[in-house]
Amino acid sequence: MRNPLTALDKPALFAAGSILLILAVGSLYTLSTGGGLTMLSPAYLSQQLQIAAFLGLIAGGLMMVILLGHIDLSIPWTLTAAAMMATSVGGPAAVPVALAVGLAVGVVNGLGVAWLRVPSMIFTLGVNTVLQGLMVLHTGGHAPQSRSTGLMEFLATGHVLGLPMAALVWAAVSGLLVVLLTRTAMGRAVYAIGNRESAAYLSGIPTNRVIVGCFAICGACAALAGCLLAGYSTKAYQGMGNAYLLPGIAAVVIGGTHVLGGRGTYTGTVLGTILIVVLQSVLSVMQMPDAGRQIIYGLVIIAMLFAYGRDTGRAG
Amino acid sequence: MTRGLRAALSRNLGLLLAVGLFAALYGLYSAQHPRGGSAALLVQNSNESFALILAAMAQTVPVLTGGLDLSVGPLMTLVNCLASRVLSGGPVELAFGILACLAAGTLGGLVNGCLVVYGRMQPIIATLATGAVYIGIALFLRPTPGGAVNADLSAMLTYDLAETAAVLGVFDGGQAAWFQPFAPIPVPLLLVLAVLLFVWVPFRGTEMGRGCYAVGSSEGSAYLSGIDVDRSRLAAYTLAGLFAAMAGLYLALQTGTGNADAPQAGAYTLNSIAAVVIGGTSLFGGSGGVVGSLFGALVLRSISFNFRVFDEASWLGALADPLLQPLFEGMVLLIAVSLGAARALRIRNRLQLFG
Repeated sequence: MRNPLTALDKPALFAAGSILLILAVGSLYTLSTGGGLTMLSPAYLSQQLQIAAFLGLIAGGLMMVILLGHIDLSIPWTLTAAAMMATSVGGPAAVPVALAVGLAVGVVNGLGVAWLRVPSMIFTLGVNTVLQGLMVLHTGGHAPQSRSTGLMEFLATGHVLGLPMAALVWAAVSGLLVVLLTRTAMGRAVYAIGNRESAAYLSGIPTNRVIVGCFAICGACAALAGCLLAGYSTKAYQGMGNAYLLPGIAAVVIGGTHVLGGRGTYTGTVLGTILIVVLQSVLSVMQMPDAGRQIIYGLVIIAMLFAYGRDTGRAG
Repeated sequence: MTRGLRAALSRNLGLLLAVGLFAALYGLYSAQHPRGGSAALLVQNSNESFALILAAMAQTVPVLTGGLDLSVGPLMTLVNCLASRVLSGGPVELAFGILACLAAGTLGGLVNGCLVVYGRMQPIIATLATGAVYIGIALFLRPTPGGAVNADLSAMLTYDLAETAAVLGVFDGGQAAWFQPFAPIPVPLLLVLAVLLFVWVPFRGTEMGRGCYAVGSSEGSAYLSGIDVDRSRLAAYTLAGLFAAMAGLYLALQTGTGNADAPQAGAYTLNSIAAVVIGGTSLFGGSGGVVGSLFGALVLRSISFNFRVFDEASWLGALADPLLQPLFEGMVLLIAVSLGAARALRIRNRLQLFG
């Protein structure tokens, strides 16, 4: 089995090339408008790394689920619910509460997908709606505390040794996920299930438990991203997660993870995340409205599906 | 009971359940509503249900082939925004506007179909991506909610026949004596019948329409029996686009504005899937139909209607809390969709779980 940490396959190289291309185009643009080479300054790059951390956490968790051949569409409201519960509890318990909410949602998703065998796309979409209803109920009667705690703000905007804290959190989570994917039985099981679940089951892998585990990880990652996002904007609010689902899927798919599962490298996902964030940044420098970004995400996903994600035999 | 009748019954069990459920829920609502059963209420309710009915019809066709279309809501929204730009002016402009809206939706459906058939992509992920594109285009057309839709056209198609006659100035402006028995009929009701009779029934009879069922039942067998699998699939997504366009058009007539509302688009997509499932169409394809989805959509709408009339003092009073409504609707959707799609409930051999 290839080492997902070091392997640079075709999609990853493509993503890396695209990042350089986007930075080059962006720099040409800023040069032409008299802004100098702001895109290559350390301050700008460090800021991009901080913003990339939010998306990176989501994409990392999502990748675990996509590697299985499933998907989690409940991310927007998992993230929002976790952040809202964290801020309304407040104090030192805030971040653990958020993680618990994320894990719980992930386990529910996993149970529905693994034991009930409802297609993940449909089940998680339903869970997303239920979470939305719960949050309407939560914020409806009274106005719960929505100010983020000091720890959340430090995690999102603090700096340690000149590095943005958010990026360090992302690096730590990435390290855990890479170890999980490359060094543990569960990691192998994830790839095996993504390739052919019945074969994995017949070779004695407890496939249902692995599926629940992956959804739980995905929920927890989304919850952590919710904490950071709430810290970044100093409050939790409805709809804060809406802008992260499509870019998250795009980041994973651009990174070369096969949409039907079984193939994909973590390096690819990191590069995919950076690609999306740099693209977002260049588009906003060029003052592209939200509409244009939506179209570009959609087209990028379709283009990547054309290149790597087609239904052409899974053994490859 | 003859064997043929029994077979027909078991084939349409889902549809019959949906019809029964709708009758019960709507009966409960009418009994509790102070103006229950009145023509005005019927017009209002059919008005509120029609867009979802069309969205559910749109979802049904790809589902019959064993696929899924997550871009139904976004495509509706796109056509809604387009309609708010083009539905104004004289009769000729209006006619062209309607045609443009229907054509745009059909084109969107065709693009979905091409990606699935010729791009060989997973329908779910492909339509998720095109959905993002359609929402983006909708946002370009209507960055902020607004726009205007011709008020006469809107009045003509979203009230009852009396209003239609008054707008058109026929039958003495709807006052003719012989016309009175027909006057209170809601126009959306007639539109549903027209769509069924002039779009769905002819389509189902064609080679492509029967092909959709065959592809959904077993793609391999359909291919081996000489059915043009690609063309059936393409037709299914294109027809879904046409239905979604009608839904968006009606939404524009009903609200009088265009609104590129992504959460609303998502809600329509999810509701359309739930309506399809409640209506007895299998999410694995091959069985069911548009009529079931029609009643599935009506069941979903009746549930929300009931929330408006629950007596706070009765044993259901707790449900009258408007804050609970989104949660309760979400639960109904999740449960309906899960029951319809849970493969664990329908397999004989554990290995089949993995499909």
